[in-house]
Amino acid sequence: MPRFKPDLRESEATPEGIYLRRREFLRLGAAGAIGAATSAFPIPALAGPDDPAGEVLPVARKADMAGGEKPTPWKSVTTYNNFYEFGTDKADPAQRAGGLRTRPWTLAVDGEVKRPLTLGIEEILKLSPLEERVYRFRCVEAWSMVVPWVGFPLAGLVKRAEPTSRARFVVFQTLLDPAQMPGQRSRILEWPYTEALRIDEAVNPLTLLAVGLYGRVLPAQNGAPLRVITPWKYGFKGAKSIVRMRFVEEQPRTTWAVMAPTEYGFYGNVNPAVDHPRWSQGKERRLGEFLRRDTLPFNGYGAEVAGLYAGLDPRKLY
Amino acid sequence: MKRWLKPAAVAVLLLPIGKMGWDAATGGLGANPVEAVQNRLGFWTIVLLALSLVPTPAGELLGLAWPQRLRRVLGVTAFAYALLHFLFYVGVDKFFDWPTISRDLTRRPFLMVGFAALLCLAPLAVTSTDGWLRRLGYRRWKLLHRLVYLAAALAVVHFAWRVKADMRRPLLFAGIFAALLALRIPGWVRAARRGRRNA
Ligand code: HEM
Repeated sequence: MPRFKPDLRESEATPEGIYLRRREFLRLGAAGAIGAATSAFPIPALAGPDDPAGEVLPVARKADMAGGEKPTPWKSVTTYNNFYEFGTDKADPAQRAGGLRTRPWTLAVDGEVKRPLTLGIEEILKLSPLEERVYRFRCVEAWSMVVPWVGFPLAGLVKRAEPTSRARFVVFQTLLDPAQMPGQRSRILEWPYTEALRIDEAVNPLTLLAVGLYGRVLPAQNGAPLRVITPWKYGFKGAKSIVRMRFVEEQPRTTWAVMAPTEYGFYGNVNPAVDHPRWSQGKERRLGEFLRRDTLPFNGYGAEVAGLYAGLDPRKLY
Repeated sequence: MKRWLKPAAVAVLLLPIGKMGWDAATGGLGANPVEAVQNRLGFWTIVLLALSLVPTPAGELLGLAWPQRLRRVLGVTAFAYALLHFLFYVGVDKFFDWPTISRDLTRRPFLMVGFAALLCLAPLAVTSTDGWLRRLGYRRWKLLHRLVYLAAALAVVHFAWRVKADMRRPLLFAGIFAALLALRIPGWVRAARRGRRNA
């Protein structure tokens, strides 16, 4: 059962820690093979390979921006997803996103811009050199992980479109296609999913247009082929499988804020001082850890982003 | 009647716990095992709560006697799951973080309601014995045990407030409880008629 074909290119493109874990996996995989051969029962702990899969992306630069923390295993990052377009259970997206066609894919950039753009995914991948950024990822449900995203700063794309002086927000819209996204057949949320950032948030150097994970092409369940990552905000702010970016003047309606205005603010900034009615936000459980740890304001990225919110009521910053 | 019925029922009702243990040992609980167990315990609590309401109408409408023999086992097991669900929240999910727990139980409506449901079930579990039935007298015992309807309603609200957007499962349980309640109406009507005739 050759589940993986290690090759040299991968070891170059994969962070060393993961590469070393891959070797560990090779050993475990061998043990698993022996185990499976000698026992009637599969050994589930070994059966699920924690082995990054998919097309390898050319990564020009790597930056650890999670304080040296070990990334959450590939298997957890790709099987524990909130992506209601594919079902509301965390395990649904990994099981039901297989039908998402991410090639060809076009992104429309329009609204208050001087240069409306229509870009194919292949062009988008060549807009800027791809970088790996290891970021903390904090969900509003008080769990978190550490993820090595691959992508490039969204600022580059924003500049290319040349927003007009009227543009103050940028709205991201997820694909609407119930045939590919079975979750959209029920009106659980208002489809298509829309999220938005203020322009200054969108061009902050931390804001990433992510196209990959662990050096590989982004898996469908993680928002393929392109999604937004704003590491100082709760996960719901990062729209997935984006087909349209529209620049607007007025603060737009965003999916969760429409769904439950008292629970989800426009900003969605990680803020341990403002509790969600269902979850206290003071602590979070990092996937793979037993004890909860303290949640940091702006998810620990305050030095980079707190300036964006000077003068705003901190109680409104959620 | 068959002596194996109750032990067999208890064994079956403990299967979800066994499955959780197996999954915990084999990585089958997913990326967030604590959340998975918390939710599974909650899910089985509400399932057992619904099942404990089945024997009475099954006896009245279908004339089945054996489900009635399981009524107590079902009710007590429902409470046991509720208690485990609560203790898991305190001791594992929150790991005895008392400040957070006390804030949760006084400020977070979904948890207040769940806790209220647990408080409703506790006296029912305590008074589930023959001794308590005798001590209270059937009339008062029955009145007290009507608390189970309140517990069911609170459980549904707890479930509904826990989910973020997808109300389908809480609504399903609301429907199940409503149906189980409706099935009791013929029995009540009959009892009321009998009462009038006897008066
Ligand atoms: C009769 C009493 C109770 C019933 C029937 C019940 C039922 C449930 C159900 C059905 C769920 C959702 C499961 C899912 O989404 O799959 C749930 C979740 C939950 N319950 Fe309860 N519950 C009860 C009491 C309590 C109590 C007393 C507490 C703690 C004070 C509690 C804490 C929780 C928590 C924290 C969750 C959510 C876990 C998460 O979001 O990860 N429940 N419960």
